[in-house]
Amino acid sequence: MYMSDIANAFDHGKAFIAFVTAGDPCFEKTVEFVLKMVEAGADLIELGVPFSDPIADGPVIQAANLRAFADGTTTDRVFEMVEEIRKHTDVPLVLLTYLNPVYKYGYEAFMRRGADVGLDGLIVPDLPIEEKAEVGDVAKRYGIDVISLIAPTSNERVKAIASDASGFLYVVSSMGVTGVRSEIETDLGGVMKTIRAVSDVPTAIGFGISTPEQAKQMAQYADGVIVGSAIVKIIARYGEGATPYLVEYVENMKDALR
Amino acid sequence: MSKGRYGVHGGQYIPETLMNEVTRLEKEYDYYKNDPAFNEELDRLLNEYAGRPSLLYYAAKMTEDLGGAKVYLKREDLNHTGSHKINNVLGQCLLAKKMGKTRIVAETGAGQHGVATATAAALMGMECEIFMGKEDTVRQALNVYRMELLGAKVNAVTSGTMTLKDAVNECMQEWTRRVDDTHYCLGSVMGPHPFPMIVRDFQSVISKEARAQILELEGKLPSAVVACVGGGSNAIGAFYNFISDENVELIGCEAAGRGVDTDEHAATIARGSQGVFHGMKSYFCQNEDGQIAPVYSISAGLDYPGIGPEHANLHDLGRAHYVPITDDEAVEAFEYLARTEGIICAIESAHAVAHVKRIAPHRDKSDIIIICLSGRGDKDVAAIARYRGVDVHE
Repeated sequence: MYMSDIANAFDHGKAFIAFVTAGDPCFEKTVEFVLKMVEAGADLIELGVPFSDPIADGPVIQAANLRAFADGTTTDRVFEMVEEIRKHTDVPLVLLTYLNPVYKYGYEAFMRRGADVGLDGLIVPDLPIEEKAEVGDVAKRYGIDVISLIAPTSNERVKAIASDASGFLYVVSSMGVTGVRSEIETDLGGVMKTIRAVSDVPTAIGFGISTPEQAKQMAQYADGVIVGSAIVKIIARYGEGATPYLVEYVENMKDALR
Repeated sequence: MSKGRYGVHGGQYIPETLMNEVTRLEKEYDYYKNDPAFNEELDRLLNEYAGRPSLLYYAAKMTEDLGGAKVYLKREDLNHTGSHKINNVLGQCLLAKKMGKTRIVAETGAGQHGVATATAAALMGMECEIFMGKEDTVRQALNVYRMELLGAKVNAVTSGTMTLKDAVNECMQEWTRRVDDTHYCLGSVMGPHPFPMIVRDFQSVISKEARAQILELEGKLPSAVVACVGGGSNAIGAFYNFISDENVELIGCEAAGRGVDTDEHAATIARGSQGVFHGMKSYFCQNEDGQIAPVYSISAGLDYPGIGPEHANLHDLGRAHYVPITDDEAVEAFEYLARTEGIICAIESAHAVAHVKRIAPHRDKSDIIIICLSGRGDKDVAAIARYRGVDVHE
């Protein structure tokens, strides 16, 4: 069995995980944004595969999906972006995708292509552990981790999810969909304790984190923090000229985590 | 493989945030469906409030005109709120209330499920929010006001194609935000398990009654049962108690819009492919990248890119057949039923009438066809007038 490189992301202190939607606003800029964010200190990259009906995402990511579609982004184009990024960096890289684009591509074909271009993992928001096997068994053969999510409502499910985890565990900080929040109220300490009792897989907290203060606060509980909507908002605002703003943002966030 | 499977279809493909809630819903439903007090209360609501049992009406003039099989209409249009939707809504709202929920959210296409949900919520003293595609709020403006009269808040959904599927997306999101006090009263036999089972069970009263009624009236079973299919709740309700009667043909009528060879249809079985969406594995209208396709039908209630997993399985097994019906055929059938039988049915139900118009003349006079007339057509009158170039405004 192959191992993915995801563990490397958690090797140098608390990890900063950056999300961008693939193809927002275009192929070349996505590649540039990713490479510059890695230089600025991002430890792991989540590349969002645009989907017509992103039920777990708020308006910020929904709008990014539309921009990506406008540029003609397809599943194959996303793989090409990963291939291009891989020419310049070995940063751990995962795709965030709803299940249907993977199902339609064919699990076997998707994982084979993913492994070819150097993909390390997949986050599938509409794939709870009950349904994980049909994707996870194929992914495992290609050395791709299917990353599980833990929600504030998971309660007694935490143990089962954590026992089965690979890559890292994505801990959802609050109820609802992705998006920037002013306060995060979940009992993260308790959740982490349950996870640690059964697994030593790294943990990262996401949903609603945007400021260095929030990142620092969340990093007390986890091995890393995930930021999506705040980054996508910068891209929405500055478009093709977003690079210097993204670099500054990532540097500040990474500093807060040191 | 997880629970709630119909062949390869069904399952629970939803965010982790909702998993404990659907598991709880399943447990509570398993308990209450066998609870005599719950069933007594539901039966009382169905009979004394919704007006059940609904009539099984012999359409003598239509039968004579078509010159073949005897045509019966299962009159779900005569239920309180004007469609079959009330059957499911009374069941789910009562269940939600027993679960301690104080708030109901629901999606709606044509507005029939929204009106039914708002009605049940008013009756049971629950807070109610309805999500409806902006496009549909325009097509069915009167239903929006109707829901507001009933005390519901109506949210016009502006994401995506601004129709039924987007209303489902927003409703799921709203439920994710507030699972503690909120029940999502899903309106069709779709979504994650246990919804396709719960909605089917509550709708199966249609075929339970129809089967007993036809045996009483004719002393034999029908040769075919025909119903329109969007998500498929009236159809599964009309089919369910006939599934084990192998000689009863089951026919679902999908919306072919401007034709299955155009880009403007909602014919999931005719033109869709297998996928995973809205919590279930089933057939969906989608492109080669798995992006859900924009769909179209004159009927807001059939304007959905998927079909319930139990229908997908009945199709795979060949137990039920699904046929596409165009806007033109549906409108013609809508007008035909009005003139022939004096019944203005929902444009959704007119899709089933259209197919029976096509097949009844070729059947033997001893054959019986039951059409599930899922709803009444008051809501569609202005749209049909506009379709015919008459400038009528509500």
